[in-house]
Amino acid sequence: MPTLQEIALKTSGADARIVSGHRMCSGCGIGSIIKTVLAASDKPVIVVSATGCLEVVTTIYPFTAWNTPWMHVTFENAASVASGIEAAYKALKRRGKIDEDVNILAVGGDGGTYDIGFQALSGALERRHKFMYLVYDNEGYMNTGNQRSGATPFGASTTTVPAGKISFGKPQWRKNLVEIAAAHRISYVAQAAVNNTMDLYKKAQKGFNADGPAVLAVLQPCPSNWSFDSSLTMQYSKLAVETNFWPLYEIENGVVHINTKPSNRKPIEEFLKGQTRFRHLFKPGNEHVIVEMQKMIDDEWARLLKLEESGIQF
Amino acid sequence: MGVRKAITGAQAAAEAMRQINPDVVVAYPITPQTPIVEEFAKYVADGIVDTEMVPVESEHSAMSATVGAETAGARAMSATSSQGLALMWEVVAATPGLRLPIVMSLVNRALSAPINIHCDHSDVMGVTTVGWIQIFSENAQEVYENTLLAIRVAEDNRVQLPVMVNQDGFITSHAVEPVEIFDDALVQKFVGVRSLDRALLDVEHAKSVGPLVLPDYYFEFKRAQEEAMSKVFEVYHEVGTELSAITGKQYPFFETYRIDDAEAVVVVLNSAAGTAKAAVDAMRAQGKKVGLLKPILFRPFPYAEVREALKDIPVIGVLDRSMDFGACAPVYSEFRNALWKLDRRPAMQSYIYGLGGRDIMTTEIEAVFEELLSGKLDPEHQRYIGLRG
Repeated sequence: MPTLQEIALKTSGADARIVSGHRMCSGCGIGSIIKTVLAASDKPVIVVSATGCLEVVTTIYPFTAWNTPWMHVTFENAASVASGIEAAYKALKRRGKIDEDVNILAVGGDGGTYDIGFQALSGALERRHKFMYLVYDNEGYMNTGNQRSGATPFGASTTTVPAGKISFGKPQWRKNLVEIAAAHRISYVAQAAVNNTMDLYKKAQKGFNADGPAVLAVLQPCPSNWSFDSSLTMQYSKLAVETNFWPLYEIENGVVHINTKPSNRKPIEEFLKGQTRFRHLFKPGNEHVIVEMQKMIDDEWARLLKLEESGIQF
Repeated sequence: MGVRKAITGAQAAAEAMRQINPDVVVAYPITPQTPIVEEFAKYVADGIVDTEMVPVESEHSAMSATVGAETAGARAMSATSSQGLALMWEVVAATPGLRLPIVMSLVNRALSAPINIHCDHSDVMGVTTVGWIQIFSENAQEVYENTLLAIRVAEDNRVQLPVMVNQDGFITSHAVEPVEIFDDALVQKFVGVRSLDRALLDVEHAKSVGPLVLPDYYFEFKRAQEEAMSKVFEVYHEVGTELSAITGKQYPFFETYRIDDAEAVVVVLNSAAGTAKAAVDAMRAQGKKVGLLKPILFRPFPYAEVREALKDIPVIGVLDRSMDFGACAPVYSEFRNALWKLDRRPAMQSYIYGLGGRDIMTTEIEAVFEELLSGKLDPEHQRYIGLRG
């Protein structure tokens, strides 16, 4: 396992697989996520992006920030495009037309993954293509200005389900993508956060080396649409873990392992405060929303602990 | 000389795919395309081909994975019909812009609603504006040869565009006909292998494919696509000449049948052209001067050649197996455009026939000829053949 400094060196310089000059928002963590994940591959990586922040900011023609083969087709098909690339790779290798070993990485935001690309992802996992799917989850359609997604948390205000006189924002809890992916009985699924580079790197490495498809879900606090100061991205990511809002865990060959267990989990308010999307929750009359949110987080955490303790294969 | 086999249009498409032995085939079954996928899957299961076949969960993923495989450097093929084409439309529309020479069989079937599994051309006519080369086939023999031809046209460096090879659902796809299958080795030499020049899997030369292109460059991309489309005619002609050496047949942009001295000509696509030939023969036997024009290459559309072929015909009836609601039917529209430049324009009549698989009879086409010869036309309105009154 390389040190943090060695990882940092691998993500910069002339050999980096994605280079500077892209147009990510100030404070956006997607750059850190993709650099860390790409650095974890010991083989060349072919990247497929769904339409979304990453695609838009890295490729405005005639420029590209990619120093590794990269493609994009549409919003919902990163996993199925990756299926085709993997099929081509197998066929061309079998026929002796290529000889290099590669890793295939499909990347989407939560919109391209939890929602519109969900079927393509499920199909590709079920067919057992050898690829890793990475979702950078900023909990909404942030590329287009904070519309609701299946990953948007309970109580968040978005432009399509805004908080108002009779609404406290999103009334549903988000999907559990990690467990859905694990239900495909694939050998590696993990949840990581942008602030913990070592953990993310390790998980990306395991994903690339998995037997068959792997899924890696990474929380990506969005300074632009969660609306916090761009210096606080890592801080919010850390708080999401410390409040158990976004536990760091992995499901390896069906067995759950929690990577970080906060000794004193912080109250959810510490994560919520300072974010415009949750501002309304601190107004009189909405106290019950935070209470309910805290209960859901604690219940989910207790369930996750039981899953781990049981040792039962997912 | 080939071997004559009694097979369906679907099997003819699968036979061509067997000989092509593509690197990758991705498809989702849909009536009436299903037997193509099933037949090809058997070839894979028996080791007759060594293609990597990906049985995906939807047509959207079928075209997406085909696009992924082609971009990676593989020769990848697919097949669909109707609703399947409609579901994959988004990716179908992206394919020509990515300049991917994918060849796909389209077994023409009516579009919902109401749901109907039988033949008409409303599926293909919904995608003629997005930049695929469109080739139509009258029978199983043409399906087979057009599929071979399509691979080479698509992959020519001057073109690099996708092709749909059309055949009529059930009428062609499920009817058994004698089909001459040419020698495997000769055909394989003709189709060759796809070059890896542009391959994404060439990791030494990293490429970014499918970037965001804003108003400063998007227009130029689309203009380049049109330029490639304009090259199809010469490439189609060259490749057709090469294929002739194996098959002994000609590969024109359209087929004309007994039109030299014709006083009335009918234009019709795909299997109904066979019916129309029988009607022409029956009318000719009665001394009536009628003929047929069967379009084969529909995109790009050979306007100048069509104009030259029909310049002396006084009256033309165009039969469409789909409608463009509130506007001229698609085939009629193209022929009217093609003939507009003539000093002496022919009288024209648009007819709609066969929607949702309704049969068209030789007697009905004979009645069309009688109407055209009588001069009792109504150019402002389309007429309907075989419709309940």
